[in-house]
Amino acid sequence: MAIVNEASLEAQLEELEEKTPWFLAAKTMARKQPVGVAGLIIVLLMVFASIFAPILTPFHPEFNSFENMLTPPNATYLMGTDQFGRDIFTRIIYGAQTALFVGFSAATIGAFAGLVLGVASAYFGGTFDLVLQRVMDVFMAFPLIILALAVVATLGAGTENVIIAITIPFIPQCARVVRSNALAIREIPYVDAARALGFGHMRIILRHMAPNVMAPFLILFSAFVGQAILLEASLSYLGMGVQEPTPAWGLMLQGGAEEYAESAPWVAIWPGIAISLAVFGFNLFGDAVRDTLDPRLRSR
Amino acid sequence: MSKYIFKRVLLMIPTLIGAGVLVFFLMRLIPGDVCELRFAGTGLYVDQAQIDTCRSNLGIDRPMFVQFADFMIGFFTFNFGDSMWTGKPILFEIGLRFELSLQVAIMATFVAVIIAIPLGAISAIKQDTWLDYAVRTFAIAGIAIPSFWLGIMIILGLLIVTQQVTGIPWMPPIDYKPIWVDPAHNIAQLIWPAVATGYRYSAVATRMTRSALLEVLREDYIRTARAKGLIEKIVINRHALKNAMLPVVTIIGIEFAFLMGGLVVTEQVFNLNGIGKLFIESVQNHDYAMTEALVMLVVLIFVVTNFIIDLCYAWLDPRIRYS
Repeated sequence: MAIVNEASLEAQLEELEEKTPWFLAAKTMARKQPVGVAGLIIVLLMVFASIFAPILTPFHPEFNSFENMLTPPNATYLMGTDQFGRDIFTRIIYGAQTALFVGFSAATIGAFAGLVLGVASAYFGGTFDLVLQRVMDVFMAFPLIILALAVVATLGAGTENVIIAITIPFIPQCARVVRSNALAIREIPYVDAARALGFGHMRIILRHMAPNVMAPFLILFSAFVGQAILLEASLSYLGMGVQEPTPAWGLMLQGGAEEYAESAPWVAIWPGIAISLAVFGFNLFGDAVRDTLDPRLRSR
Repeated sequence: MSKYIFKRVLLMIPTLIGAGVLVFFLMRLIPGDVCELRFAGTGLYVDQAQIDTCRSNLGIDRPMFVQFADFMIGFFTFNFGDSMWTGKPILFEIGLRFELSLQVAIMATFVAVIIAIPLGAISAIKQDTWLDYAVRTFAIAGIAIPSFWLGIMIILGLLIVTQQVTGIPWMPPIDYKPIWVDPAHNIAQLIWPAVATGYRYSAVATRMTRSALLEVLREDYIRTARAKGLIEKIVINRHALKNAMLPVVTIIGIEFAFLMGGLVVTEQVFNLNGIGKLFIESVQNHDYAMTEALVMLVVLIFVVTNFIIDLCYAWLDPRIRYS
């Protein structure tokens, strides 16, 4: 009788997990989801713009020329200048850096924390689940703006603190969705098998359950990046987010944009288009991922 | 059913207390307090005794636990006390602004529902046609466009259009008049923020309607309905749409609850004196009592809305029975 040791079973389990056709899914997506690919292109353009910002832009983002305040778009200033004489095109390109940084950090931290908590909640069940769900309820119900205001008032305004404020509401949102998916997975015998092999809780949660809730997780993740960009813009617009002179789209809409809306509409128009386009791109991409991963939504 | 309702109501209490704990300690984490802020505002020399008197008048020099117990007892007995900043009763201050916020939220919901349900339904029925793509793009754009920017663009658009047409630029009125005092004035002011937030709101609901309807259209009972020769219109209206409404109702409810506390940015753009503005002011003034009351109000609305949504489930879907 062959001795089945822990290591070989584990290797078999891993092999099984590896057979999930991620690569195939990606190929199908490119063919079946042209809209999603358009979204991906927008996202990649943003990444490109933020990496090569110094090469792409004619000015320094904080350079202000007082002779050229509120200049309409022309050959030198492609999108015009703001009330401090700063080139809007340059600040839009650099703004992509801020947006991506905030978007990805908040989405990553929020989604991963939510993933672990959601799976743990479903796995342990009982009192742990009940208590954790009540805590999640509190954070879901709590107004984001108060959290953000309190974080900013306590820690001071700044990019990192905006990320904290935005991340907090993502955690329960993700945990809730992941939990309901993980509850179903928990009933599948391989979880029992893993437990019978004597694996630790942490290992089962991270290695055996979490990879199987990847579909809803990825969908949420891409939606979170878009949401985070939007939230950062709103908070910066209210003056509670990213602070001057950091180039950020929401901040560019604060103050000057409304005041000069009539005489210098370009100050208000471009940053809004940049925010919308970025979020649009992430959502298109996220939708395509969802349609590819969720067989129920495929065409009849 | 009554047992379920009772259990569900009991479950709201920990959420409310949790939110109370959170706002209570969050506010006290912020450096400084309302008394320091008030005297700093006068720019005059103040001695410690004055600040101490102010603190003891407001009761914020008492032990944390006593203050917290006081706040919680006040909440559950609907006795919110006075604003620490203006000194007026909190219910009076909220009442002044609640009407405006509620009206905008209701109007936005109305805008959202009349856009979302027909568009979402068309999109699902005509899946993968140009019409579907157009609706989906419109919906994703609604989620992507920041509502505050849409607000700025609406104001800008109004200015330019009225300038072109009449020669005199027109702006929505700034002062608030209740709808029963001056309906035209009221609508002229509040329709724009309602549209700006309603578009985003409708986008979320359109997507939900579409995906819910798509799922329902694949159900066996739809095939049965078609097989027995019902005309498509009846299949959609009677059988599919009603069953697809569950998640749509949920999302409408959640968004409505969110609007009650989330109009902050829109109010800023349109310069409205609503709950959102009061929120910002009370946090900035370290007005503990007011912030706590506002948070509890928003959380209460949220919790109650969720409760109503759960009850609607039972009503909309006879398969769901709570025991």
